[in-house]
Amino acid sequence: MMGGDNRFLGMAYVSPYIIGLLVFTAFPFLASLYLSFTDYDLLSTPKWVGLDNYERLFTRDRTFDKSLSVTLFYVFMTVPLKLAFALLVAVVLNYKLKAIGFFRTAYYVPSILGGSIAIAVLWRYIFAEAGLVNMMLTGLGFEAVNWFGDPQNAMFTLVLLRCWQFGSAMVIFLAALQSVDKSLYEAAAIDGANKWHVFRYITVPLITPVIFFNLIMQTVQAFQEFNGPYIITNGGPLKSTYLLPMYIYDKAFKSFDMGYASAIAWILFVIIMVLTVVAFWSSKKWVYYAGDKRS
Amino acid sequence: MVDISNIPSYPETGRTPPTEMELKLKRQERRGAIIRYTILTVMGLIMLYPLIWMVGASFKTNAEIFSSPWFFPKEPTVQGYIDGWKTSTPYTFGHFFLNSLYIVIPKMIGTAISSVIVAYGFARFEFPGKKILFGILIATLLLPDVVTRIPQYLLFRELGWLDTYLPLFVPQWFAMEAFFVFMLIQFMRSIPRDMEEAARVDGANTLQVLWYIVVPMMRPAIISVCLFVFMWTMNDFLGPLIYISSVENYPVSLALKLSIDATEAFAWNQILAMTVLALTPSLVVFFIAQKYFIDGISTGGVKG
Repeated sequence: MMGGDNRFLGMAYVSPYIIGLLVFTAFPFLASLYLSFTDYDLLSTPKWVGLDNYERLFTRDRTFDKSLSVTLFYVFMTVPLKLAFALLVAVVLNYKLKAIGFFRTAYYVPSILGGSIAIAVLWRYIFAEAGLVNMMLTGLGFEAVNWFGDPQNAMFTLVLLRCWQFGSAMVIFLAALQSVDKSLYEAAAIDGANKWHVFRYITVPLITPVIFFNLIMQTVQAFQEFNGPYIITNGGPLKSTYLLPMYIYDKAFKSFDMGYASAIAWILFVIIMVLTVVAFWSSKKWVYYAGDKRS
Repeated sequence: MVDISNIPSYPETGRTPPTEMELKLKRQERRGAIIRYTILTVMGLIMLYPLIWMVGASFKTNAEIFSSPWFFPKEPTVQGYIDGWKTSTPYTFGHFFLNSLYIVIPKMIGTAISSVIVAYGFARFEFPGKKILFGILIATLLLPDVVTRIPQYLLFRELGWLDTYLPLFVPQWFAMEAFFVFMLIQFMRSIPRDMEEAARVDGANTLQVLWYIVVPMMRPAIISVCLFVFMWTMNDFLGPLIYISSVENYPVSLALKLSIDATEAFAWNQILAMTVLALTPSLVVFFIAQKYFIDGISTGGVKG
């Protein structure tokens, strides 16, 4: 069914995607770049201001400095923690356990619900002054902690919320682990390798493509976290959890400063893109693809 | 399935008595299993306790919520649900659930249909520019929404779609969730083409082949897509926050945010009861169909 006249059929089938891509992705993508060089408050037409927005962001906007640094901290804390945890649990679950389905479900549930507003609300009540965590702490004889009053503690609650949702990354790791050729383990066992060596020199190299995939996806997602700071900490205290997506939201949809908000969005985009490119570039050195000559 | 922990005891003929070494390994293995089960159980309980507590506390009186971290209510009451259901608005929570449904259903149907059609085009046809378009598809997987959000808002504002549900589902009718298209392409590539080719020889056109042969075989993958859309839409907060402004049109996620603003500091049982209700549809769907989630995420992820 690959005949010559079928090329138009193929185009016809993918045409919804092409239209959508142009209208809902390509045009907005370029428009936001254009808007980032303008001053636009929705009332009048966008006014070209050149690099003004960017200059203001990098030289005079203290809030942006703060927001950028807490965002980077948040991403570089949560992504490695979450992935390490997901991989660790996946490795344990990969043993021949009887109740693997049960545990997999139990660990997966938080990540199915975790992005929802309801969980953010729950988190706020768990860490509230009279909330569950403080009740437990005082019950165990510790002092209650002011979770949302202290910058580090507030950030901790957001980091914890993200790490709590390690389940989806874990499911992907688990599927990869189960597809590793068992004969390699047998060979290693005959050669007298211990468990750590098997993990380090056989399992990890074979699943590097999946580690890479998870790393990129988790990084892109972490940079876009919004619900947590918006609902749980309200960006505070002292802007210590004021992540960039929340700053963009406030600028765009509260003060209707569309040009400035677009400039922040583009900086965020460029950061994500640079990190992704670096990851892809470095992947040649550490990601193993089956059929590769490298040993 | 061969397990590596069994390997040292090869060959298991059953005739030779186990050696000292083998017995030792057996014991070690059992001890390892006990440790693994214990850690997994304790960790699972810690992880799920916030959810368990939430359900328990939603049946407590307000006074009792603050008296103990134990989840089980001493005198169960549904007062929290009754008060919470009424909300502080002229509408009940049921109204907001219906609103969520008005978003979820068109989005689910539109995503499934358009993604299957587009994936079919990618998986079964050759056309000029296919490689580039596929590259773009993969690239948009990584494109953060934040960079397109503002002009999209301006576009929908221009169309007069603000405070309607259209901005929340119309883009999905154009297969705009790259993850699903990609997942379906992977799935289609894994099914053999013999039947499709036979049907073509018998004179079926490609649309008939898609509908009568490909779609039935893709059922599990299509169900996965629908379930993910359901879950993500129920979870979506930022979309409605940007586009929906009148309380009458609020979906559950915005209504929940409204109720914490209105009932701050007291009436925790109301809030927790509504939180439980807000999570219930997702939880029910997940438990009925968790196989599809796990399969979907594994196909989309691993082969990528």
